[in-house]
Amino acid sequence: MTTTKKHLHRIDLIFKNEQDCKEILRNALARSNQEVINEMVNSGLKGRGGAGFPTGLKWKLTAEQKDKEKYVICNADEGEPGTFKDREILTRVPHKVLSGMAVCAQIIGSKKGYIYLRGEYRFLVPNLKKELRKFHDILDELGLDFRVEIFMGSGAYICGEESALFESMEGKRGEPRNKPPFPTEIGYMNKPTVINNVETLAHSYTILKYGAKKFRELGVKDSRGSKVFSVSGDTPIPGIYELELGMTVQDFVDDFGDGDTKAVQVGGASGFLVPRKRFGKTTIGYQGKLTGISLPTGGSMMIFNSSRSMYNVLNNYLDFFEEESCGQCTPCRVGCQQLLKGIKAVKRGEKPASYLDHLLKLTDTMKLTAKCGLGQSVANSFSSIVENFREEMIY
Amino acid sequence: MSNMVNLTINGIAVSVEEGKTILEAAEKLHIKIPTLCYHKDLCVAGNCRVCVVEQVGNNKLVASCAMPVSEGMEINTNTLKVRNCRKHIIELLLTEHNEECTKCYRNGHCELQELSAEYQITNQDFIDLVPDKNYTVDRISPALEKDDSKCIRCQRCVRTCAEIQSVGAIAVAHKGSEMKISTVFDRALDEVVCTNCGQCIVHCPTGALTEKSYVEKVWDAIADPDTHVVVQTAPAVRIGLGEELGLGAGTRVTGKMVSALRRLGFDSVLDTDFTADLTIMEEGTELLTRLKRALVEDDPDVALPMATSCSPGWVKYIEHKYPEYLPNLSTCKSPQQMFGALAKTYYAKNIGVEPQNIISVSIMPCTAKKYEANRPEMKDSGYKDVDYVLTTRELAVMIRQAGIEFEKLSDENYDSIMGTGSGAGIIFGATGGVMEAALRTAYEIITGREVPFENLEILPVRGLEGVKEASIKIEGTVADWNFLEGVELKCAITNGLENAHRLMDDIKNGERFYHFVEIMACPGGCLGGGGQPYPVDDEVRMKRMEAIYAEDCELPIRKSHENPEIVQIYKDFLEEPLSHKSHKLLHTSYVKREQY
Repeated sequence: MTTTKKHLHRIDLIFKNEQDCKEILRNALARSNQEVINEMVNSGLKGRGGAGFPTGLKWKLTAEQKDKEKYVICNADEGEPGTFKDREILTRVPHKVLSGMAVCAQIIGSKKGYIYLRGEYRFLVPNLKKELRKFHDILDELGLDFRVEIFMGSGAYICGEESALFESMEGKRGEPRNKPPFPTEIGYMNKPTVINNVETLAHSYTILKYGAKKFRELGVKDSRGSKVFSVSGDTPIPGIYELELGMTVQDFVDDFGDGDTKAVQVGGASGFLVPRKRFGKTTIGYQGKLTGISLPTGGSMMIFNSSRSMYNVLNNYLDFFEEESCGQCTPCRVGCQQLLKGIKAVKRGEKPASYLDHLLKLTDTMKLTAKCGLGQSVANSFSSIVENFREEMIY
Repeated sequence: MSNMVNLTINGIAVSVEEGKTILEAAEKLHIKIPTLCYHKDLCVAGNCRVCVVEQVGNNKLVASCAMPVSEGMEINTNTLKVRNCRKHIIELLLTEHNEECTKCYRNGHCELQELSAEYQITNQDFIDLVPDKNYTVDRISPALEKDDSKCIRCQRCVRTCAEIQSVGAIAVAHKGSEMKISTVFDRALDEVVCTNCGQCIVHCPTGALTEKSYVEKVWDAIADPDTHVVVQTAPAVRIGLGEELGLGAGTRVTGKMVSALRRLGFDSVLDTDFTADLTIMEEGTELLTRLKRALVEDDPDVALPMATSCSPGWVKYIEHKYPEYLPNLSTCKSPQQMFGALAKTYYAKNIGVEPQNIISVSIMPCTAKKYEANRPEMKDSGYKDVDYVLTTRELAVMIRQAGIEFEKLSDENYDSIMGTGSGAGIIFGATGGVMEAALRTAYEIITGREVPFENLEILPVRGLEGVKEASIKIEGTVADWNFLEGVELKCAITNGLENAHRLMDDIKNGERFYHFVEIMACPGGCLGGGGQPYPVDDEVRMKRMEAIYAEDCELPIRKSHENPEIVQIYKDFLEEPLSHKSHKLLHTSYVKREQY
């Protein structure tokens, strides 16, 4: 059966064994800041944490700030359920991430970088420290005034939200800030800050090495390059795969499913559930002029086969959100509790099936009014599961 | 000159300074946007989300309290989408909230209640979350109560405690559905660094934080025919009480208040202003004694600057945070406690009532005074010096319960003895007042002349600024005080504990030197106290301050040492300032406390 399967093109860029940090940095230094920024902008690289903000633009905006003190932060708080690719990148190619940080630092004028490492990833520290020493030697050789430090998170999901992450680093409670101002103006320590996902920084290494043109050859319009996916769930081949953006969920399921795939959760608990009937019409990439729905993702692809109860899946997500909401804003803190208790009440028959519509309206409010991405995105999984698997919620 | 930004709100054009928020722009157009977590005194949190509005071109709603205006912005505050979202948010808050409004201390004074009335939240479709919450009520403190079931997590109290007071006794703990406002290791407020200042109460929108009420105890005492109930009223109560009874901020109601207290049934209505004047005599003499030891005797152990001790919030703060400076604190009791000690000695003897039959009540703009009255050392009369402390708000409750039409009352005068205060006594109610009162008396003692300010008004010490400084060059001293000739007396005044913290750090680091500092725990001094009516902001505090100084201006006697009752008490009872008897009754000591 496997012989007839059409495989998606496996990309080997991020994990490719390359050890030319010094070259990359030297070449980047030889070019003007503007040239490097243009290269990044032209590559079309968008944030790989899931939100998809254009990386080159982020660097450019921060570079334009006049402050003397600026920071580069690598967001390694990989907390989205079903995502485990940053761990792999930091294990196998940390030097690529560090190179990306150093180039960014040179462009924006920063002398200090941090890796904000997820609390549960403490076991990565010894190796990362070794890599850091090697990397700092390279910086010294090149005469670059830049140092990277590891900052340990403590296990709160919300601290992956960039402004909550800054608060956490500043020794405060990890709660998202009001935006604007954005980190490019006021970030860590109230200084302009570039904060990029681990994978984004690793991609910048590829772009600097092979050029924006090569990067753009991969992917589709508005969604350029490759992406590292964390594939889990009902699949015979779970693991980490670098694939081209723009694939349909159908292509993905054909390659990774177990032949009985009922739905795929794209982008983790805060992402969307794609039911079988929409596999062919849904592509993976950033919102743009693609056919059908285009779903952005931090790379989490959870595959569910027909043995799974979608009620249990949603219940599990809501349990997670109810606990991981920072609790500061009303729609998220109370909304999550209401959604969780609400679906249970419907399941138990304590509330009528129509109560689900009431809850869907609540998710609209959460999407419109929550202070940060967490509360806003709870609506994604809730509405996509409830709308597509309504009967499973009730019976 | 800052740049102006043009925008429209509900189609109406408005132009505001750059950096202003949508909420501020709407205020300019007299468009009301509901708020809960927002407070003018505090930094913006943007967490309740009740103030959301629609911004054309933005697919999310924006929190108007946190969103800065930008050129060409189009805002709509009253669309269907906005109204539905706000309604949802209020409904959500109510599901976490103990909705027993009729049994709530803040019933009728609750911002959440007002808002749900405004949005007509009549049917609650969402699930009541309260039964599953393990809400606790902390009633241990003699001053404050904290009921988590009423809390809406707006964090106004947390910001108040940290930003205005630099205390940090309460903070946010846990996350998600467990998120709550708590103390270190969830201890009772009475067992942490809390100063009992009550600023959290005046900034709380609901009944989550309230004073501990002693109204019923006082009614019981009044009803007891064998008890002589004496009441004292602090300076700032007479300019605050009116607000709680429907009059405008800064309305002076001294005479009506006295009249009301008499109608409530108090046996004697007396004035804390009297002991404020006494404080000036004792504290002023203490200061001059310290100066003499420092300047004449070169005593290296004399603690300068001397700091005022009238504010029990400040006293507890220094005990927690700067215990090494306790010797700098004046040993004088606060006017309330001086009054209490005298009520059951001097006053009791004078009217011929046994002290055990006296119940001494005080009406204070303050919640920390409740704690102070319960300090174990406050029993120098042989009895509890002050039995019950009521806030300005609690007095208003009693007046309403008694069916008194406050506005219609005619003015009456305080009883005597201990019912006469000078203008110097009344300005204790405003930040800078103790300093001004002390200078009026001390300068005259030292030089034999009045302070060299027009109409006795020492303007540099007045106003709401965080830290004020003043210095007076002493010239032309009388014989007893000629060691002070040419000395420039350096003073500082501060209000709000965050400012006190800054001042103390400067003193500690040797960056500033003073002889005398006046520190009040609350913004604006007692007039902005934790027992005063809500809501409060700088505008309200300014009006109350103007009322205090107007009151001073109109009094026939404006210097403490000229108060005839003060002259009399030294003649008949205390002998002289810092006498043995004063020491026993009017002075106290302090204890070092934990940092957290």
